Amino acid sequence: MTTQTVLDVRGLVVRRDDLKAVRNVDFQIRAGQRVGLVGESGAGKSLTALAVMGLLQPGWTTEGQVLHDNVDLTTISDREFSNRRGRTVSMVFQDPLSALNPTKRVGAQVSWVIRRHTKVTRDEARARVLDLFKQMHLPRPEQLLRAYPHELSGGQRQRVMIAMAIACYPQLIIADEPTTALDVTVQKQVLRLLDGAVKDRGSALLMITHDLPVIAAMCDYVMVMYGGRLVEQGPVGEVFRSPRHPYTKGLLESQPTLDNIELEGTTRLPSIRGSVPPLHAMPTGCPFRTRCDRATAQCEIVPELEGDTSQAACWHPLDAHSPVVGA
Amino acid sequence: MLVFLARRLAFFVMALITSSILIFALIRLAGGNVASVMLGKAAKPEAIAALSKELGLDRPLPVQYFDWAWGMLRGDLGISFRTREPATSLLLERLPVSVPLALAGMILALLIAVPVGTYAATKVGTPIGAFVAFTSQVGIAIPVFWAGVLLSLFFGVRLGWLPTGGWVPWSASPIDSIRSLALPVIALGLVMAATLSRYTRTAVLDVMNEDYVRTARASGMTKRGALLRVGVRNASLPLVTVVGLLAAELIGGTVIIEQVFSLPGLARMVLDQVQAREVIVVQSTVMIMVAFVLVVNLIVDILYGVLDPRVRVSR
Repeated sequence: MTTQTVLDVRGLVVRRDDLKAVRNVDFQIRAGQRVGLVGESGAGKSLTALAVMGLLQPGWTTEGQVLHDNVDLTTISDREFSNRRGRTVSMVFQDPLSALNPTKRVGAQVSWVIRRHTKVTRDEARARVLDLFKQMHLPRPEQLLRAYPHELSGGQRQRVMIAMAIACYPQLIIADEPTTALDVTVQKQVLRLLDGAVKDRGSALLMITHDLPVIAAMCDYVMVMYGGRLVEQGPVGEVFRSPRHPYTKGLLESQPTLDNIELEGTTRLPSIRGSVPPLHAMPTGCPFRTRCDRATAQCEIVPELEGDTSQAACWHPLDAHSPVVGA
Repeated sequence: MLVFLARRLAFFVMALITSSILIFALIRLAGGNVASVMLGKAAKPEAIAALSKELGLDRPLPVQYFDWAWGMLRGDLGISFRTREPATSLLLERLPVSVPLALAGMILALLIAVPVGTYAATKVGTPIGAFVAFTSQVGIAIPVFWAGVLLSLFFGVRLGWLPTGGWVPWSASPIDSIRSLALPVIALGLVMAATLSRYTRTAVLDVMNEDYVRTARASGMTKRGALLRVGVRNASLPLVTVVGLLAAELIGGTVIIEQVFSLPGLARMVLDQVQAREVIVVQSTVMIMVAFVLVVNLIVDILYGVLDPRVRVSR
């Protein structure tokens, strides 16, 4: 590998007592790489991110290694970890209203991160926040420094969150559904700003979403998660054009496109049969086998990720040229 | 913020006026002729008429009300018809006992409850957490007078460290004044701390589950830092409300504890005046207590506006 690895997750398990929500996940992110993590709600995406950040709620425990900057983050103390959070690795959360402290001015919240990790004066920090706000195209940035979160629109709040996340030039930014809570009209703008900020800083990005077009626009590598496991991964173009795991194919086909949407009554958007089973009812072996048309007895054994540039964990993968309906 | 303050102030004034009318009216509705209530059943009609004239009770009710209210505003609480002493000076004698007692009780309660409640919030589901929850539950169940009696038995009678009751004026010996207040303050503080620590625990727990605490940690706050800088700070919002609600309870507790430790405080004064049928003085003193509760709640409202920027605009 020529470029430096900023995150190396090995055998990550996130569990609550006997319930494993993330089961043995491995992945690497290289410097400047943009990786998308997709899957339905409950697939374990957010837990994976929070486990990497060391911010799981009490009750959840992790196994495995999270290597970042030559340290295993799962073994360091809260104090050591806090020196890294916001500085070398940062996170953008889903709902910017609840994710900002309602009793502190947004300028103060952003400048806190800067002053926490760099030796700057109050005024220098303020100037940097102002620059960040300008870079995020926030209107009237001077006044906005003194505004409270409730005085901002959803899009503005999320731009403040992004400003917080990029303030210290982190090696890795984790964005957990950064646009899901926003109006469609604002989503694009926020994504563009996030895109620019990440590019500008040369940071790596781990983008968590269930929105496939967002992945297509923002990422160069995609990992598909189901039932706490990575079921397919590879370069975005390859995976989206010719998915090999039946789940990935189903996910792609259930995205509305101009071809499969009919406005007159009989909309037939294909969907995946059944629904994600709850954690305690997740089948043994391949987690998808109870919803899969191709499942056989062999699927009771967990398949490994296999393949060259793109890999799928499936005993009966689709061939490379099986077309996606509607794509 | 100015609009917010003006509204709160207007609300305060309205509540003050309403409660003064209520207090004034209730005493008259209950007793019929005030002067005959004061003098008792055996009083001669001439005596009743004379007292009525002297106290101005023969005038129309609105005139009486405004006269009384205007007097209250100037700090004139009326005159005791038995001792001929102005009630204001009676009251001023009692305040150096009751005010330090109530304030110190509240402060002690906060000093205990906030750290204990915060600590308990970090220990949910552990034996220590269960122990703290159990202890505060027991504390809530213990009446103030019982706590007072127990403390007085143990520290006063058994160990002999502190007086079991009675009062030494500040002017005579401040140290002895503090010694006489110590047990009543502890009794009052402990019992209120029990209630308050439970509220603190819940409030801190609620805040710590908020997304913005996670954001704070994601930007480099340690667990402990987030608990103290964000958790306790934002939990102070609901706590301030609870402290306001406890103000009324504080007066009740003070009344009881002054009896238990035979302190010559405001509460004793009211009871004495009730027994002496000093209707006007009682009316004025009750009004002062109501005003105290209203002032505390006004302060709470203003504090709320200072602490929570959202309140300033939305109300």
